[in-house]
Amino acid sequence: MNLFEIPLPALLSQLLLGLVNGAFYAMLSLGLAVIFGLLNVINFAHGALFMLGAVLAWMGLEYLGLGYWTMLLLSPVAVAVIGILIEKIMLRWIYKLDHLYGLLLTLGITLVIEGLLRSAYGVSGLPYPTPESLSGATDVGFMMLPNYRAWVVAASLGICFATWYLIEKTRLGAYLRAGTENAKIVESFGINVPLMITLTYGFGVALAAFAGVLAAPVIQVSPLMGQNLIIVVFAVVVIGGMGSILGAVATGLGLGVIEGLAKVVYPEASSTVVFAIMVIVLLVRPAGLLGKEK
Amino acid sequence: MSTNNTPALEIKGLQAWYGESHILHGIDLTVNRGEVVTLLGRNGAGRTTTLRAIMGLTGARKGSIKVNGNETIGLPTHKIAHYGIGYCPEERAIFSSLSCEENLLLPPQLKGTDSGMSEAEIYDMFPNLKERRQSQGTRLSGGEQQMLAVARILRTGANLLLLDEISEGLAPVIVQALARMIRMLKEKGYTVVMVEQNFRFAAPLADRFYVMEHGSIVERFDASELQAKMPVLHELLGV
Repeated sequence: MNLFEIPLPALLSQLLLGLVNGAFYAMLSLGLAVIFGLLNVINFAHGALFMLGAVLAWMGLEYLGLGYWTMLLLSPVAVAVIGILIEKIMLRWIYKLDHLYGLLLTLGITLVIEGLLRSAYGVSGLPYPTPESLSGATDVGFMMLPNYRAWVVAASLGICFATWYLIEKTRLGAYLRAGTENAKIVESFGINVPLMITLTYGFGVALAAFAGVLAAPVIQVSPLMGQNLIIVVFAVVVIGGMGSILGAVATGLGLGVIEGLAKVVYPEASSTVVFAIMVIVLLVRPAGLLGKEK
Repeated sequence: MSTNNTPALEIKGLQAWYGESHILHGIDLTVNRGEVVTLLGRNGAGRTTTLRAIMGLTGARKGSIKVNGNETIGLPTHKIAHYGIGYCPEERAIFSSLSCEENLLLPPQLKGTDSGMSEAEIYDMFPNLKERRQSQGTRLSGGEQQMLAVARILRTGANLLLLDEISEGLAPVIVQALARMIRMLKEKGYTVVMVEQNFRFAAPLADRFYVMEHGSIVERFDASELQAKMPVLHELLGV
């Protein structure tokens, strides 16, 4: 069966690949959106912390013999702790300044983290095996579905939904949303907003690290793996609308799929299609698809 | 700690700054429990800044602010609130991404108090808010937003209420409803510090008055002296 002369299995496998990439975009842009919402900081270090999550998973296996599932838990916790230190020691001094300073500071943090790991491990990839329980593929009739990729999509959707629920439906989420609008008044209600900001940053970068561990068996673990992704993720956040959670998730998944389709239909455009969409969205809706004008 | 004789609020020599600008130049102000005190003055006299300084929302502060007997001058805002202050800012600060009910339930119960009003009591007092429970915060009318801004600090158990220009920009019928509300709060034993532009609204409600000018307190008197002070007020405020 052919659609526009494209064999269906090829189309479906690219769609799946797109969905997997989209899952990473969604998780990363979600963390960026949450951080931007409350801290007003454009966290350029997000890609580096995603990479750090993956490298920590690799280190856990290499040096301590800790397997995938253990590191899927430990690596985000470790990166959250690093994030909390970054926030407490550096970020909190620049909240009152222009966005540009946050961007520059986190870019600097990125260069330090990437530089350190680069000098320790070089830039060639570090191999990370697919966990045994998820190796192999399932025949779903029209194609062979690799189990690990299915898990990546499911896990990321689960995390995105849980985060959305936490922020939109719980009391803690109400504090976060209110803090995004007017932190001073929330503080005047007796809520420890500075602590909330610190924990939010920790949570946002933990999401990036979680995505990093998920990515380790799919994308080669390397100190540069975050760089390639972060630029697309920024485009996703801009398209979805800065600070919009639903926008980040929906746009992340959607753009992953569009990218996958582009690979089948017109491969030359696959790496630029996201940016073309960004340009159009910025022209038509400068605040992003689901963002609010400030 | 606090006893019944401790003032709800005792301010001595309070100075406050916004960045480089020195706004408050040594305020002395005492509010006893159960009193309604009004800060009068022209725009820019420093009344709003006084309330914000009590909450720790200005820049640097000096002097002493005791809330229910506890010194709060060096504390961050969220800790000051825990000593039992509810603050209703001039801009109302209703959160647009939260529903009316979420706005109402947002401020947490303060530790060690169970004296806050229940949700049902609040809805009895403000039936409009009950009807508009599910509406987005900013879809409410100006009067409803003002009621919500006051209502949400009544639930927490805070006993000292700082109300900044609550009658501003509202229709007369709503201003009357707010006046009834203040009387009801006084009966319930709340201590209230109001900043008011609307002298006719504030005059019959307050037990005592402070008049501010250029970041200092220039007059203080009891409600019983109000008539005698009218010429002075006329000169200071143009009322």
